[in-house]
Amino acid sequence: MTRPRLATGARLGYDEVRKEHVLLVPEGAVRLNRTAAEVLELCDGQRSVDEIVGALSERYDGADLRDDVRGLVEAMAQKGLVVDAAA
Amino acid sequence: MQQPRPFTLIAELSYRCPLHCPYCSNPVDIGAEKYRRELETEHWIRTFHEGRALGVLQLALSGGEPMLRRDLVELCAASRDAGLYSSLITAGTHFTRERAEALKSAGLDHVQISVQSPNAEENDRIAGNRSFEKKIAAARVAKELDFPLTINCVLHRQNLDRVEEVLDLALDLGAQRLELANTQYYGWAVANQQALMPTWEQLRRAEEAVERFRERVGPKIDVLWVLPDFYEDLPKPCMGGWGRTAIVVAPNGEVLPCQAASTIPGLEFANVREHPLEWIWNESDAFTRFRGTEWMQEPCRSCPLGRQEADFGGCRCQALRLTGDAAATDPVCRFSPHHDRVVAARESAQTDEFVYRAIKRPVRA
Repeated sequence: MTRPRLATGARLGYDEVRKEHVLLVPEGAVRLNRTAAEVLELCDGQRSVDEIVGALSERYDGADLRDDVRGLVEAMAQKGLVVDAAA
Repeated sequence: MQQPRPFTLIAELSYRCPLHCPYCSNPVDIGAEKYRRELETEHWIRTFHEGRALGVLQLALSGGEPMLRRDLVELCAASRDAGLYSSLITAGTHFTRERAEALKSAGLDHVQISVQSPNAEENDRIAGNRSFEKKIAAARVAKELDFPLTINCVLHRQNLDRVEEVLDLALDLGAQRLELANTQYYGWAVANQQALMPTWEQLRRAEEAVERFRERVGPKIDVLWVLPDFYEDLPKPCMGGWGRTAIVVAPNGEVLPCQAASTIPGLEFANVREHPLEWIWNESDAFTRFRGTEWMQEPCRSCPLGRQEADFGGCRCQALRLTGDAAATDPVCRFSPHHDRVVAARESAQTDEFVYRAIKRPVRA
């Protein structure tokens, strides 16, 4: 995965009724915690995974988020929700 | 108990449709006077906002053929404005580039196009209308405009042997999702059960083709394949449970817990012209009648598998049709005293002749 982006038609949103972040996809929705929503927001097809890690650890006082970010991006890619913009 | 929150709103914008599919889930009395007066644009817009406030995230713009509504662009814009994710559920015959571009600009999220068969001639025979070429053109337009594309094919005895071709067609069209929807016997499909009911052998071969395809192609296409009810011995949670996840609004504004609920006698359906959606969801007769587990009879009441909250007793319309009682256990269940009627129905494939869906009276082809 070089430069991850959301799959065509996947759209991030915030559900005001249930008070949670969601990834809206054709005829479905994936509930997200705040961190996952932040990672996916950075999956814009421009940034590399390392750049996403860098951007996030700045927000979180330099915490090492490499494994978390990679794990999430890979899990979402397995489900077809994140694709590689470089592919 | 806290009320469940709906997730999906199915907006049946119109029962008008250029196709005549013999398994259509619309009511068989679509020609009735009460369906002639379709909702106004502002009713729909209000309903979308009220749906979102209740928890709805997914909007299905369905029908009949939703593209026959002249305010569709406005409705797509309203859906986006309300915070909903919108899907156009279309036959594709009116999905021209010009209209598709307008829908895209208005904020339509996703397009689902039906094909009746991957074979042009067979498609047109099942649809009762020359439509295959238009559908393929529509799918290509959807891709060119970067819509996520779902292909839907309703399966039955007369097209199940072509599942491999359906899978290849979806791949060729660049679909993200393929819904292989085995026919459910509601609406027009009841009159055509003998022409539609597949054999176990057909289903087994189709399932194997799906498995092979999934292994070969991977997550590029999400293939939805569900074994038809009649070949199961435990029921499915119909609509995710009565009044639990879905709201159906008919073209005239009546609000139903499922597309087939109007077949249940004695249920009263409130109308969005007269009531707020919140009241209809929480309080109306139709939504509260079979919600939860309190209404259940035996054998559901003391289910030996403890599945009350897993399948919610299965399908009310199927229970009614096969037992005469909408509150009975769905006879798909092996514990139902009427399960033999489901087993017998598997043997019923007898004819290739369809009764085509029609607005006026059914005609034999």
